[in-house]
Amino acid sequence: MNIHEYQAKEILNAYGIPIPRGRVALTADQVERAAKEMGGRCVVKAQIYAGGRGKAGGVKLIHHPEQAQEYAKELFGKTLVTPQTGPEGLKVRRILVEEAVDIAREFYLSITLDRSSSRYVLIASAEGGVEIEEVASKTPEKIHTLTIDPFTGLRSYQARWIALQLGLSGSVCEDCVNLILNLYRVCLEKDCALVEINPLVVTRAGWLMAMDAKITFDDNAIFRHREYPDMMDYSQLDPLEINAGKYDLAYIKLSGSIGCLVNGAGLAMATLDVLKEYGGEPANFLDVGGGATREKVAEAFKIILQDTDVKGIFVNIFGGIMRCDVIAHGIIEAAGEVNCTLPIVVRMDGSQVEEGKRLLTESGLNVQCSDNLGDAASKIVGMLG
Amino acid sequence: MSILVNKSSRIVVQGITGRSGLFHTQQCREYGSNIVAGVTPGKGGIHIEGIPVFNTVAEAVKYTTANVSMIFVPPPGAADAILEAADAGLELAVCITEGIPVRDMVPVKAILKQSKMRLVGPNCPGVITPGECKIGIMPGHIHKPGNIGVVSRSGTLTYEAVKQLSDAGLGQSTGVGIGGDPIIGMNFVDVLKLFNEDPGTEGVFMIGEIGGAAEEDAAHWIQENMKKPVAAFIAGVTAPPGKRMGHAGAIITGGKGKAEDKIRTLTECGVIVASSPTRMGEAMQMAMAAKGKGKG
Repeated sequence: MNIHEYQAKEILNAYGIPIPRGRVALTADQVERAAKEMGGRCVVKAQIYAGGRGKAGGVKLIHHPEQAQEYAKELFGKTLVTPQTGPEGLKVRRILVEEAVDIAREFYLSITLDRSSSRYVLIASAEGGVEIEEVASKTPEKIHTLTIDPFTGLRSYQARWIALQLGLSGSVCEDCVNLILNLYRVCLEKDCALVEINPLVVTRAGWLMAMDAKITFDDNAIFRHREYPDMMDYSQLDPLEINAGKYDLAYIKLSGSIGCLVNGAGLAMATLDVLKEYGGEPANFLDVGGGATREKVAEAFKIILQDTDVKGIFVNIFGGIMRCDVIAHGIIEAAGEVNCTLPIVVRMDGSQVEEGKRLLTESGLNVQCSDNLGDAASKIVGMLG
Repeated sequence: MSILVNKSSRIVVQGITGRSGLFHTQQCREYGSNIVAGVTPGKGGIHIEGIPVFNTVAEAVKYTTANVSMIFVPPPGAADAILEAADAGLELAVCITEGIPVRDMVPVKAILKQSKMRLVGPNCPGVITPGECKIGIMPGHIHKPGNIGVVSRSGTLTYEAVKQLSDAGLGQSTGVGIGGDPIIGMNFVDVLKLFNEDPGTEGVFMIGEIGGAAEEDAAHWIQENMKKPVAAFIAGVTAPPGKRMGHAGAIITGGKGKAEDKIRTLTECGVIVASSPTRMGEAMQMAMAAKGKGKG
């Protein structure tokens, strides 16, 4: 789960990590007022669930409050397209206004999970403010990593080693040690999949400050953080994806015309692969979960049909244990409710498969059944001609 | 022969009184698995479907000599359940639970490095030795006894693969679903090592997907060590880059994770990779035939 920059900064600040003075605004007037508060000279930053905003025109240094208002008018409702948003971009609904800070040096700092060691790893670089991928590919020697032992935790001497690698010395080096230790506390206590400060800066006045921050929460840990769902900005998510989330379905909108309903993520991916192989273009990725239930299949069916790009539907359920007649009922029920006339190809495997097929064929829906993945894919592609 | 589980596996089910715990206990039993005990804290002393339920795994082991655990404990208590199984001296725990927080699994993984217990999963379909023992949620009927080892990160895609293998006349020695979470117990290489040493396994089918570098690691291990033919399928060739879960993770794995890279590495290391999910059985047949020729 993602949150906005300003929310991430609030969390960091609660752990003693300095951030610039700032205010979140929902209207251009609020932006102007906030700019006045900052003394006129300030930074106006669009809040979207993606990085790369600067190059897309979402961040600007402002010199007068009126200029801030003008820029905010232009920015609110605008769709920003960055390398991280995908071609459809994300709409700006919230703006962060921050005091302008004179920067002496910039760094990169993050903590995330290293899958190969199954431990959290601290990543630091003296090259801040740029995409870390770029640094990694061009000058990997500038990246320093530290794998964290879960039993000893992150120790001061280790944090100091990182701070020294970044070229810090004296009191700012010790400040950085504390900041790194606090960042690890954030990562653990807030169950973060990623906590990133980029750039971490040393101001001309000699203070450390988190100029930009990103936090991604571990979706599996939301159950022990009751405040997280309220932090979510639904305007940043696809409405169909929000709807799918309510029913615990994993849905991702794609650009094609064949709606896909599959149980299990691996099989869902393989289903997209097969469709493409047979010349079809999937309209979505949709995983109803390994053990699909009648309710989930029915809801998934409705979500797929809300996408007006969908011209046909491909159902691939490999259950084994689950009963195919129950799944068939779910499909028939949902299709009936929304008056679906689109062609449907169903490939099912499990118990009562013959009964499931009979129910579907006799349902009056425009449906064909198939026993085999390749055959099913060629059928749906053929039906859409 | 087989790996990890067989006729003599004595199974304790942690979380046996939950809805899916009980359902799959019944399913596994019908398949012939020897379920000797259940554990649900606070419910010790009752019997469910004739199976004695204990408060702790240690008690279950003491009274029933269980040696393998199947875990259905919900996410908040699942990491604890794994550690309890290890502490009770079990040889193997198969954790089906989906949705365990990463922060809980980091210390579990570190502790298991010093334990003799092997962990399969979490978030996996389980382990099956066809005709002998099923510990997990996979449909038993698609499996046929034979000499192909199956190892997979996926759930339902594995069923598809197994069905194709069985249809192609290739039975399985053991099928292992290692799970799709970022932190898992046994990885591809751990399972491949066991298959390599198992006299009942003559070839291995491996199912991977995008993300991480586990398939690449397995490919290099196969090239160096594997005495038996390996075929594979990688799901997600056409997957969109999609929602990035924090780019910092990609740095550590050196930008790996794309399906093309995995397929290329596997092919370079001598693995036959199915070009389509409809040709998984075929790829395994090709791998077995190629080996036959080599010998002849």
